[in-house]
Amino acid sequence: MSLRDVPYQTAPSPLLEVRDLTVEYATATGSALAVDKVGFTLDKGEFLGIVGESGCGKSTLLFGIAQLLSPPAGITGGSVSFKGRNLVTMTARQLNAIRWSELSVVMQSAMNALNPVKTIGSQFRDVLRAHSFDTDIAVRSREVMELVGVDPVHLGSYPHQLSGGMRQRAMIAMALLFTPDLIIMDEPTSALDVVAQRSLMVQIKELQRELGFAIIFVTHDMSLVSHFSDQLIVMYGGQIAEFGDTRTVFDTPRHPYSRGLLDAFPSIRGPKVPLLGIPGSPPDLSDLPPGCRFAARCPSVMPSCTQTGPELYDVDQVLVRCLLHAPGQVSKEEVPA
Amino acid sequence: MATLFRAIRHNGKAAAGLLILIFFLVLAAVPDLIAPGNPATITNDVSLGISGQHWLGTTGFGQDILVQVVHGARPALLIAVVSGLLATVLSVLVGVSAAYLGGIWDDVLNLFTDVVLVIPTLPLVVVIAGYFSHHSITVMIIALVVTGWSFGARQLRVQALSLRNRDFLEAARVRGERRSYIIMFELLPNMTSLIVANFLGAALYSILTASGLEFLGLGDVNSYDWGTMLYWAQNQSALQTGGYVWAAVPGLCIALLGTAFALLNNAFDEISNPALRPVRRLRVAS
Amino acid sequence: MRFLIRRLGFFVLTLWAALTINFAIPHMLPGNPVTAMMARYHGRLHGQALQAVEAALGINSHQSLLSQYVTYLHNCATFNFGISVANFPTPVTSVVGAAIPWTLGLVGVTTVLAFVIGTGIGALAAWKRGGKLDSVLPPLFVVATGLPYFWVAIMLIMVFAEINPWLPTAFGSDSSIATGWNSDFVSTVLQHAVLPAGSILLTSAGVWVLTMRNTMITTLAEDYVRMARAKGLPGRRIMLDYAARNSILPNLTGFAMSLGFVVSGAVLVEYVFAYPGVGFQLVQAVDNEDFPVMQCLFLVITVAVLLSVLLADIVTALLDPRTRSAR
Repeated sequence: MSLRDVPYQTAPSPLLEVRDLTVEYATATGSALAVDKVGFTLDKGEFLGIVGESGCGKSTLLFGIAQLLSPPAGITGGSVSFKGRNLVTMTARQLNAIRWSELSVVMQSAMNALNPVKTIGSQFRDVLRAHSFDTDIAVRSREVMELVGVDPVHLGSYPHQLSGGMRQRAMIAMALLFTPDLIIMDEPTSALDVVAQRSLMVQIKELQRELGFAIIFVTHDMSLVSHFSDQLIVMYGGQIAEFGDTRTVFDTPRHPYSRGLLDAFPSIRGPKVPLLGIPGSPPDLSDLPPGCRFAARCPSVMPSCTQTGPELYDVDQVLVRCLLHAPGQVSKEEVPA
Repeated sequence: MATLFRAIRHNGKAAAGLLILIFFLVLAAVPDLIAPGNPATITNDVSLGISGQHWLGTTGFGQDILVQVVHGARPALLIAVVSGLLATVLSVLVGVSAAYLGGIWDDVLNLFTDVVLVIPTLPLVVVIAGYFSHHSITVMIIALVVTGWSFGARQLRVQALSLRNRDFLEAARVRGERRSYIIMFELLPNMTSLIVANFLGAALYSILTASGLEFLGLGDVNSYDWGTMLYWAQNQSALQTGGYVWAAVPGLCIALLGTAFALLNNAFDEISNPALRPVRRLRVAS
Repeated sequence: MRFLIRRLGFFVLTLWAALTINFAIPHMLPGNPVTAMMARYHGRLHGQALQAVEAALGINSHQSLLSQYVTYLHNCATFNFGISVANFPTPVTSVVGAAIPWTLGLVGVTTVLAFVIGTGIGALAAWKRGGKLDSVLPPLFVVATGLPYFWVAIMLIMVFAEINPWLPTAFGSDSSIATGWNSDFVSTVLQHAVLPAGSILLTSAGVWVLTMRNTMITTLAEDYVRMARAKGLPGRRIMLDYAARNSILPNLTGFAMSLGFVVSGAVLVEYVFAYPGVGFQLVQAVDNEDFPVMQCLFLVITVAVLLSVLLADIVTALLDPRTRSAR
């Protein structure tokens, strides 16, 4: 938990409350449902991981929350309540006041996310100025660079002059300029090698402990995030498949998809077992099948799965979207090894 | 193919361009059906206005303007299509080879392309044509092709470069296919819409430049191309003597045909790059 | 720095290519048009003067082709282009020299103006995607790119001169007014420049609008633009500092590369308006079979284009830090 003041609220209430958020893409032949009624809450200082394969809608969800979608994508339903205010209905000016100062973003590739024709320092400066922080720009810029372990001399460099790891850290430094309450990260380590990945993750966790911000961390790498997150969401086909405490979900995954994801990773210490993938491919979001979206690839599929779309069922404080766990359903699932 | 037709149908600009093109194709195919008569016949009905006998009036030499204009469609389309086709073939050859062969070949071909590209075309063509005392369509087509291939070569090279490292080409290489096979049957089919866009661009360039040359009197002045008609109109001071139709109509045809190519070119650009397509508004929650 | 050296090298190479083409064409054509032309000179030029013209064109029946070529290159370097056939005995350099300022003023200014205006409109259209500006203008401009330059010029003449005589339709200035930097002359020059400038602007601006719009649309989809939105930066700053600044780079290169084509259109416009510039002189020279003038004009036009390309490259290097440090 953070040690900072809570200016807007007197009672502890969630920092972020997403309810029934729906995002659609307009296509030439209709619309594709990228995010389907996703909801969760996030407390101050909490670390939430969101995992899923490519195309499951996790990045879209992230941009939907941060109100950063652009045509042909748009929010068609639901609400995003940040510190008690609904971001979806805010005007651009209201949003701009909150942007970065309370909610910042770290993207996947710093090479693409940083303006190639401006120096790092000038990109820090323009956001500081945009929020009327005119006095100690140089001082603050140096501070954040030192926080992430990059020599402040690079404030005068252009993005292409830095190494991949340094660029990524500079981007994180930029996100910390106003010490926001929430930082959203979209696969920030995917562009790095394994060693750099781990060191960056450790540093992020350190910074979180020190400064007390909440994190939503999106990745396709379940094993990476599971060491650091408090809560974990597994997404599939635009919906939440499983959501709960990280340790529980990781140790005893209940949704067949989560189980499939975990089985795909070899254990470094356990006995050698043949790796299992998940056959098939994700559903076409513009032409979704009736019933459960995972049914076509599910090893535990039942006849009712192709007829009824499962809701999220609470199983020991973990939400699972699977008919196997529907109330009244005789438990037919195999106990995970 | 089917998706191509659907794409054209959905794109208003492409449909308009196609209609205009078809209109001129018909004129070029059967001019005598539409406007029977000999465009060269000189009569004494000089500089008449629009009438029942001469739907578009007559020229300063007493020739029927409508007959001339309709008969001018065929040479116009011929020049546009033949030059466009040949220039595109050259563009593909140079552009794709540069991208695929890479290394020193890429540098050399690229340099060659840039040099040809920068040298100003019309002045060059004017100079070439100027040295010939007799002007024929063949010379014009050669000059157009020689000057018109470089822009397309650049564009195609960029696209070929981005496709070169894709997996499906690797797969073909690993299968042991010959280089020429890979280029012809794997690479090129994926560049179709850009190649078509290039052809249309080359055709546009050809028709505009050819008309320009004819207008300057460097084409075959005894023919009845639209550009030549304008040359004679200028020569006979049509504007000053009230021959507005004579001065306007051939140019209008050139403009229409040019517009058709431009619209289709734009449409194919949008087809090869989906990001440029018109954005559909989404009903957003508020 | 290496970048600049490479571009200078390109400049020199292309210049050499243009010079060689200029030399080669008359020597390679059937029917040797050059000897025919020289025959016309013989009656009027003798001795040294005749030799000077021969040297300027690189003709000398007593020399080998290679030494003719070398002499020719030397003459070009020393601006020795011989004597005009049509305007005998005026030297070529005066004929060409008189025409250059007119073209520079008309074509130079209008082309840059068209680029600046076109790019601005294109950037706005892309920024307000889907709005009124974007749905009406681009298709109009696509149509405009298909219009022949000289026809637009003729149409303008028709409208403004015959139907509604308001702006002058021929020549560069009223010949009754003396040349000089006085207000009478300047105003008549400007008056005469309106229609030709209008033709060029109408047809060429469209291309810039379209290319800028397309580049901007691609740029607006980039991550760093999304990042700029995430930072809460004001809209105008995002459009200028992030989107436009990055989009203009490939456009500048495109502009440089298409200058050859732009100049071509300008030649036709000058001809239609009998505007005494380089293009008009070129056509006159061709009509009069005045080869020395033709050759010199072609070189002048080519050099102008090459210089502009070099200038555009320098500006790109200034704006794009990646080219400065790249290989």
